[in-house]
Amino acid sequence: MEKNVLIIGGGPAGLEAASILQKSGYSVTLIEKTDHLGGHLAVWDRLFPKGQSAEELLYRLVDNLGPVNCLLNTDIQSINVLDRSFSVILSNGNILLADAVLLACGFDLFKAEKKEEYGYGIYDNVITNADLERYFQEGDGGRIINPKKIGFVHCVGSRDEKVGNLSCSKVCCATAVKQACEMKQRFPESEVFCFYMDLRMFGRYYEDMYLEAQKKYGIRFIRGRVSEVSEKGDKTLLVKAEDTLSSKPIMVSLDLLVLMAGIRPSASGRRVGDMLHLMNEEDGFFSTKDSIYSQQKSDIPGLFFAGAGTGPKTIPETLNDARSSALEIDRYLKSNFPKKK
Amino acid sequence: MMDFGFTINKSSRIDLDRFDKAGFDKLAKIEPDVRKCIACGSCTASCSAGQFHRTSVRSAILSIQNAKENEAVELLKGCMLCGKCQMTCPRGINIRHLILSILKFYGTK
Repeated sequence: MEKNVLIIGGGPAGLEAASILQKSGYSVTLIEKTDHLGGHLAVWDRLFPKGQSAEELLYRLVDNLGPVNCLLNTDIQSINVLDRSFSVILSNGNILLADAVLLACGFDLFKAEKKEEYGYGIYDNVITNADLERYFQEGDGGRIINPKKIGFVHCVGSRDEKVGNLSCSKVCCATAVKQACEMKQRFPESEVFCFYMDLRMFGRYYEDMYLEAQKKYGIRFIRGRVSEVSEKGDKTLLVKAEDTLSSKPIMVSLDLLVLMAGIRPSASGRRVGDMLHLMNEEDGFFSTKDSIYSQQKSDIPGLFFAGAGTGPKTIPETLNDARSSALEIDRYLKSNFPKKK
Repeated sequence: MMDFGFTINKSSRIDLDRFDKAGFDKLAKIEPDVRKCIACGSCTASCSAGQFHRTSVRSAILSIQNAKENEAVELLKGCMLCGKCQMTCPRGINIRHLILSILKFYGTK
């Protein structure tokens, strides 16, 4: 009999793992709590480092799925670990018996309104990286009307003990540089400022992107964290920081400020994790069996992770993680349920 | 004015609203490398003239971007054009040429 695999989460990790496992001959059920597949990928316009279309990638991932049983608007009601299987009650009342479960619950974006000093939700012209992507997706007609001076604030809700997130969200530096260049493409006459603490251009092509941002687009990188933002009478913003390279306070008026909201552990992932008594690390992401050799395994046999549930990841990293998880699940099922001759 | 027995220092705050974008764009047109600096400080660390007179290309570029062009000229006028900085620059900036351009562009003011 075909073995059943349940995948929780229909983002890039869940989709990629589902298509691989399905093609490997397993019966795959994928559940997604929202009404669409793709997770954050579905609400993003273009991807760093080369500006590839998020929509095209998502289309490709969904197109690869094949006969995977996809259940939208479906959540987990309860999940129990049995002897070598999992009994799952779905929110639609159905009961499912799975031989292996893949937790691919992704991440939540940090709620930028928590950093009150930046004024998100208070001032009209303060938006987040996600808002800007939505504007890019929708094309013209957004509320951004020809801004002359634009600022990007890196590390919003990342590397910040006060908001309870000590770690780096990894993808925001490259996203900020990407979005800054995109704004210069749309508004060539504008001046763009990036306020950063460290620029973490760790990946392939990222440094080239950074060089292009400086050389081709003339984006000004200011090393210093924005300390406060206030709104003037004409709704423009007064932004204060320290230029730590010259050790002097700096002040600039901006028409638009974009906050690079960081990556937080997914609340719905945590909910499922709690049902299974899964441990997490101090950063809030799931503990894996081993932090180097087996990042896709949990402490429960048959339960695996893929994607940002075990820490911030770029899309290519997430896809690779999903492929590794699919391989681990395949190995697990083959060794635990050997075929009778 | 009444003498209170103390004075107030002039604010050292950088006001980016005073940055001369058109002027900087003009400089960048003849000297595109000015945008490539990553403020690593190799130039300042290797500077021979810097041992006698505060000289720093990194700080000079920053000063221009911070609307303090006179400071930039001050930071570069001790340069002996030895070119050591150019050998250490990780971004391959033609620093000697850049210094001459900056001095020509902002020095006559």
